[in-house]
Amino acid sequence: MAIEVRIPTILRTYTDGAKSVEGTGGSLSELIDDLEGNHPGIKGRLVEDKDGSVDLRRFVNVYVNDEDVRFIGGLDAPLSDGDQVVVLPAVAGGAR
Amino acid sequence: MLTLSQEIYDAIVAHARRDHPDEACGVVAGPEGSDRAERFVPMVNAAGSPTFYEFDSTELLALYKDMDARDEEPVVVYHSHTATEAYPSRTDIGLASEPHAHYVLVSTREHGNSPGPVEFRSYRIIDGVVTEEEVTITTGEKSTP
Repeated sequence: MAIEVRIPTILRTYTDGAKSVEGTGGSLSELIDDLEGNHPGIKGRLVEDKDGSVDLRRFVNVYVNDEDVRFIGGLDAPLSDGDQVVVLPAVAGGAR
Repeated sequence: MLTLSQEIYDAIVAHARRDHPDEACGVVAGPEGSDRAERFVPMVNAAGSPTFYEFDSTELLALYKDMDARDEEPVVVYHSHTATEAYPSRTDIGLASEPHAHYVLVSTREHGNSPGPVEFRSYRIIDGVVTEEEVTITTGEKSTP
């Protein structure tokens, strides 16, 4: 068993067009490192350096079993086999 | 080119007027790969702001799961500018993440909540490059192939 990760259109350039890929990890940050191994470049689209530590990008939403990870520990959110992770870029913008 | 029915055009404009002076936002979904904007889905602007819009993260997930189940994609992503022209801002360009979508901007700066003409323009935004496109409004019965 592994963790299914749904990939948004804009990031499918990193997954050869695949809408979903599989990964492993006990936390979201471990999963992202695992994904980076198979899909180089994807990590930089999901996380960024914030004040010396790594955090999820402000305009990227990640959900574990339909929960926004921001409410369940962010990059430390625990994962187990069989979980479903969905990545969705924010739909946002503004006049400035 | 973006082709829209009069009904959906009117629904987008009505939403923009209703939410003025805050920005209104939403999508028009359609069958994947079809480029047909068919299902109007107004969204709540979680930012509740005259200068910014963002779909609520929980509603965003629900929307994408729903589109997925229907084999749809966002054919149009729309939002309003309430004090500036209907042209993508730097923020709009930086955050545009649907390469297949038509980005529609409506400006309510002239008439606000009142009836009256609005600016209604459509763009492709791909890798930071903005290309304006023609908008064609169709009326009457849907033609069935």
